[in-house]
Amino acid sequence: MLYREAGDFKTSYEADSQTFPIRFDRIGFWVIMAIAFGVIPFMINDYWANAIFVPFLIYAIAAIGLNILTGYCGQVSLGTGGFMAVGAYACYKLMTSFPDVSIIIHVILAGGITAVVGAAFGLPSLRIKGFYLAVATLAAQFFLIWLFNKVPWFYNYSASGQISAPERFVGGFAVTGANTAAPAKYLICLVFLTVCALIARNLTRGTIGRSWMAIRDMDIAAEIIGVNPLKAKLTAFAVSSFFIGIAGALFFAVYLGAVEVGEAFGIQKSFLVLFMVIIGGLGSIFGSFAGAAFLVLLPVALKVIGVDLLGWPTDLVAHLQLVIVGALIMFFLIKEPHGLAQLWRLTKEKLRLWPFPY
Amino acid sequence: MSADFLYGIEVVINGMMAGVLYALVALGFVLIFKASGIFNFAQGVMALFAALTLVGIMEGQVPFSHLINAVFGTNIHNFGWEVPALLAILLTLVVMIVFAWAVQQFVFRHLVGQAPIILFMATIGLAYFLEGVGDLMWGSDIKTLALGLPQGGSIWVEDLTSGFGGADFYGFFIDKLDMVATVVAAVLVICLIIFAQYTKQGRAMRAVADDHQAALSVGISLNFIWVLVWSLAGLVALVAGIMWGAKSGVQFSLSLIALKALPVLMLGGFTSIPGAIVGGLIIGVGEKLFEYTIGAPFLGGATENWFAYMLALIFLVFRPQGLFGEKIIERV
Amino acid sequence: MTLKTLAAMALAGAMAAGPAMAELVIPDLSYRTGPYAAGGAPFSDGYQDYFALLNARDGGIGGEPVRVIECETAYNTERGVECYEATKGEGALIYQPLSTGITYQLIPKATADGIPLHTMGYGRTSAANGEVFNWVFNYPANYWDAASVAINYLLDENGGDLSGKKIALIYHNSAYGKEPIRTLEDLAAKHGFTLSQLAVDHPGQEQKSQWLQIRRERPDYVVMWGWGVMNQVAVQEAANIGFPMENFIGNWWAGAEHDVTPAGMAANGYKSLNMNPVQDYPVLAEIKAQVHDAGNAAGDGSNLGSVLYVRGMYAAMLAAEAITNAQEIHGVAAVTPAMVRDGMEALNITEARMEKLGMAGIGPEFAVTCENHGGSGQGLLQQWNAADRVWVPLTGFITPDASVIDPLIAADSAAFAAENNITPGCM
Repeated sequence: MLYREAGDFKTSYEADSQTFPIRFDRIGFWVIMAIAFGVIPFMINDYWANAIFVPFLIYAIAAIGLNILTGYCGQVSLGTGGFMAVGAYACYKLMTSFPDVSIIIHVILAGGITAVVGAAFGLPSLRIKGFYLAVATLAAQFFLIWLFNKVPWFYNYSASGQISAPERFVGGFAVTGANTAAPAKYLICLVFLTVCALIARNLTRGTIGRSWMAIRDMDIAAEIIGVNPLKAKLTAFAVSSFFIGIAGALFFAVYLGAVEVGEAFGIQKSFLVLFMVIIGGLGSIFGSFAGAAFLVLLPVALKVIGVDLLGWPTDLVAHLQLVIVGALIMFFLIKEPHGLAQLWRLTKEKLRLWPFPY
Repeated sequence: MSADFLYGIEVVINGMMAGVLYALVALGFVLIFKASGIFNFAQGVMALFAALTLVGIMEGQVPFSHLINAVFGTNIHNFGWEVPALLAILLTLVVMIVFAWAVQQFVFRHLVGQAPIILFMATIGLAYFLEGVGDLMWGSDIKTLALGLPQGGSIWVEDLTSGFGGADFYGFFIDKLDMVATVVAAVLVICLIIFAQYTKQGRAMRAVADDHQAALSVGISLNFIWVLVWSLAGLVALVAGIMWGAKSGVQFSLSLIALKALPVLMLGGFTSIPGAIVGGLIIGVGEKLFEYTIGAPFLGGATENWFAYMLALIFLVFRPQGLFGEKIIERV
Repeated sequence: MTLKTLAAMALAGAMAAGPAMAELVIPDLSYRTGPYAAGGAPFSDGYQDYFALLNARDGGIGGEPVRVIECETAYNTERGVECYEATKGEGALIYQPLSTGITYQLIPKATADGIPLHTMGYGRTSAANGEVFNWVFNYPANYWDAASVAINYLLDENGGDLSGKKIALIYHNSAYGKEPIRTLEDLAAKHGFTLSQLAVDHPGQEQKSQWLQIRRERPDYVVMWGWGVMNQVAVQEAANIGFPMENFIGNWWAGAEHDVTPAGMAANGYKSLNMNPVQDYPVLAEIKAQVHDAGNAAGDGSNLGSVLYVRGMYAAMLAAEAITNAQEIHGVAAVTPAMVRDGMEALNITEARMEKLGMAGIGPEFAVTCENHGGSGQGLLQQWNAADRVWVPLTGFITPDASVIDPLIAADSAAFAAENNITPGCM
């Protein structure tokens, strides 16, 4: 009753090709946008921005990027951390070399540079498949981290190899550096996420997205029906890396402000983003959001419950946290192997018939 | 012979020894992947868990003591006895078998027939879970593994070989622990091969690896076989945990040795036991030799981590299924 | 600490919170899980136990009870940020992040929020320049001091002449590990020794290549900047290649009990730097009697008196002294973070004061000024006695070579000031 998918009849091509073909989704989308842009910026404080919203928004961008590669094109990648590092270091070099250019342009350029690097490391995917490819992308991960750690040019010859984001402004408001207000941080990430999500959604519905999915479902068959695997796979790597590069740039410039490459962009990051994609749901933009929210919120929530409410020692809570996160991942996979997005899909099925199921 | 060349040989020998240690970890991956198609990311954590359990049992530590103390306000740490090493190893094996059974019963039995990436993800969940349980059970401090394994360079080899080169050559350095590890690894592999070839369970295991459904149709219990391979992987994890733990003490970082095994797997193929050994040797020698000839003198060192993956990547471009992997046949 | 007492305390705390009762809030960003847990736990235990002692014995500092909020970071920068944001709203007075990565994170944040940061023997070295880093303190010593102290010790060993000697630096390939390189290069040029650098990637489980290289090159001394599993493996590998342990010197994060015990007897004679010699301080007995025996020990209580425990306790003592100072300067008991900063800047640790606190000789004497937030920079050498399983202090406090370090600090802090548009000056 609430969810009237069955009653939505399209009478024009325009209506048929909308981003959200179902009215309930459309309304929901605009309500969420109104809250995200109109309400949260006025209520947000430092804690909510730095501990919850900004990491969630940035990880959501990275998860969308990886989802394009893994969920839509079927190429499992464990190089996400390395590609985020490319975005971060590209952004840092651009910020310090061209201080007068807007940070927004720097972030987009950083995404572009990452896209080129990503496409280069995507070349082996034409030969190597499945888990072999996943492990092969680790070569990118380890090599890139080593490179940024070793070549002093990347960190402007600073003593320890840490990079720190200088202060930059957008429209008179600081968005990087220590004096950034919480709403400014939040809004710049939100704008990037919104644009990225819309681009991703429309790419995956179009020709290029269909060719990715054809490759994912069976690459030989796709080749036979005329999909160019070189083009499809490399565009998937490039587009995916573009988003991941943007996420890396924002992660460094807006969220953390200073990073050390091995710690911030190590192999753990690659795994974390992959978890988000799988838990959220492969091949679903909504799933990327759900996965990012789940893995950003869960540890914080467990900590708040364990330490602040129950007053347990922090080490016990930290250990229990591992147990609970691990158990939940297994539980979710057993209950719903296709992720949170599939759970949402099933809920929609139910809502459509509610309250009178057959 | 020039000292540089001799040292090159020394690097190769030590690379091979290191490769054997990598192969020990990789072996556990191969066993499980071959029999059930699960890429078991938790193998490294299993090594950590097994080694922690071994030390805990040997020292008579009370499991979960910190948790028990926190909940009940008691102050217990130790049973006050010490278990001899051999008995402790057997008890640890029992724990690993129980663990294997639990994993099969509660997790993978429910995931039969899922996509490989879902199974992979489940093992990552398992890795988290096991890491947390290990910490809760035995605490997160560094533990010393007192099995009395020999350590240190072999003086005998050093003396024997020091005459090969000039005054600037000091003889080959070979770690006694590495020698022990090599012997243990060889014995382990031979035992595994004998087990797989000549016992009923072993044959059943190979049958399952070849074709699940055919095996099922001739009356082989898949459940039993899967518990069996997880137990065997637990055994391999214990051996790897002992060898690595003897070097560094038993601590969290032990779980990260899984990352050293991945290029080995890639190179050797996920489904081949000899592949794991040969892959281990190639990776071990390759990364050490690269560090010796190019990495340390020209690139500033610490190149081993990425070079191992690059080496595997280059091999894969020519043989996408790994050196000994089964040929990938694709049909439309 | 049991859950019941915790619950009771939480309940009591909730009731006590009714009437406005000022507390001194001190966050403890600890890590008891993850790859560096073995180092994080004893430090945090010492840090918390000392404040617990102050509460039990003196009713807090200057009559104000201390409330320690522990927050687990797992040595992870993002969790560190979360911890910082979660605790700063509670009125946190001083941060001790115990991680170089988190420190770099917090330097701009804490400066903007006006909360002092104490990074004792780690973090950003050039923060010793208090005119640029108004809110950051790294007394009593920093990494560049450590490098210089080690070289000064070796100079002393060799009758003041290191020319022609070979020294190898084996370091954790991270921001932390790379810190001493510049100082050591300058010192090598000054004293005429050759320096070779060997990087070990995180985590450092496999160091065969590096130690084979050391075996080939036969350096006279090996200096190590390690942390976590790298330390244990390095000590073991050094023993394996038969490198003389007394010529192997770790820095002060590579010199705790757990770094050497896995290697057993083979580690005997290994040396490391330290800023807090381990002795039988009277304060440890007090902690045992008033905190541990009362069931209020942080962690499982097994770390009492270890190197890192004592260092954590030392850090807590310095924080408590700064708060006492602040209370005297401003004449109020319930101090604010800004007042604590003033207290830190006026800190003067004397031998008499340390003795009065029951920890005579726990650190060097030093005085903090606005220009110098780095203390005296002194450190000492200690040696591991494997038979008795104790670290034996080997020397008194050694003074670093300021003529090398000061220009480096000036240059690095000037670069930071230029990058961030800071006009150096006192507050």
